[in-house]
Amino acid sequence: MTTTWPAVVNSSAGAAPATAPARRSSHHTARHANPYRSADQAAYATLGVVGELFITVGVALLAFLVWQLWWTDVEGNNRQSHLVNEFQKIAPTPPPNVAVPGEGPPPVMAEPGEAAVTFASIEIPRWNGEPVRPISQGTDRSKVLDPLGIGHYVGTAMPGDVGNFAIAGHRTTFGKPFNRIEELKIGDALVVRTPDTWYVYRVTSFEIVRPSQGNVVAPVPGDPTAEPTQRLITLTTCHPKYSAQQRYIVHGELDYWAPTSSGTPQELLDAKG
Amino acid sequence: MYGWIWRNLPGPVVVRALIALALVVALVVVCFLWVFPAVSPFMPFNDTTVD
Repeated sequence: MTTTWPAVVNSSAGAAPATAPARRSSHHTARHANPYRSADQAAYATLGVVGELFITVGVALLAFLVWQLWWTDVEGNNRQSHLVNEFQKIAPTPPPNVAVPGEGPPPVMAEPGEAAVTFASIEIPRWNGEPVRPISQGTDRSKVLDPLGIGHYVGTAMPGDVGNFAIAGHRTTFGKPFNRIEELKIGDALVVRTPDTWYVYRVTSFEIVRPSQGNVVAPVPGDPTAEPTQRLITLTTCHPKYSAQQRYIVHGELDYWAPTSSGTPQELLDAKG
Repeated sequence: MYGWIWRNLPGPVVVRALIALALVVALVVVCFLWVFPAVSPFMPFNDTTVD
């Protein structure tokens, strides 16, 4: 056993010890020893490959963790800040004075027909230090939530509209736009911006639900058949962190809207001041 | 398996070590850019939407 082992591990180093006994044994036991020896060798070679495969799987799992917990954030944050920059190019920087709230019902943009179109951004003053995040159409993971950040549930209201403007985002990984969702308090501002309009929502409630409770994004949350009268926003993300057992839900209601050409909402000026 | 690769790499030890390193880096890049993103949506711990 000890004589064949080096031959399996490394034939260049083990060549001499492995061949020497073979030569010696060829005098008297060649006929019996050789088949035995090669079967033994094959077994060890197979075991060696199996062992190496196990090690490889282990290393691959570790690499996946590194990718998931670190690299997706690097890539996600880069991509999302790039999207926000692109979005702000078509939507020029508002003047630094306090935005003047608009009169009457807010303007509502049409829902993008195509998936993965970035049509708005969101900024939450409570999350001081977090960048502005883009909002794109659709909640498909591989098309929107992983590469682009926050996604808009198809068919739910658009910003400012009567009904429920429902958006989803990762709480961990992929830039984790909703990482600090638990810090939100009732009354906190959620500032959504389309190219022409600011929509300032205020948090009204939280809930933790099962993933199957789709009615939290209904026009009237919790009551899919009711006719909506309020202009709501709903954020959904996973709960607890690093798990998909439940969903953390934040509901809010529109406080006011303002044209972006009139300035910047007081809430954002306060946060930056 | 790895022994076989090592024996079949050309050149002296230094060159072999460099080629081996390049192979490892290439493998990591392929995993990070294509394999992991493709596998990730099927992982059960990262869903944020309600159905």
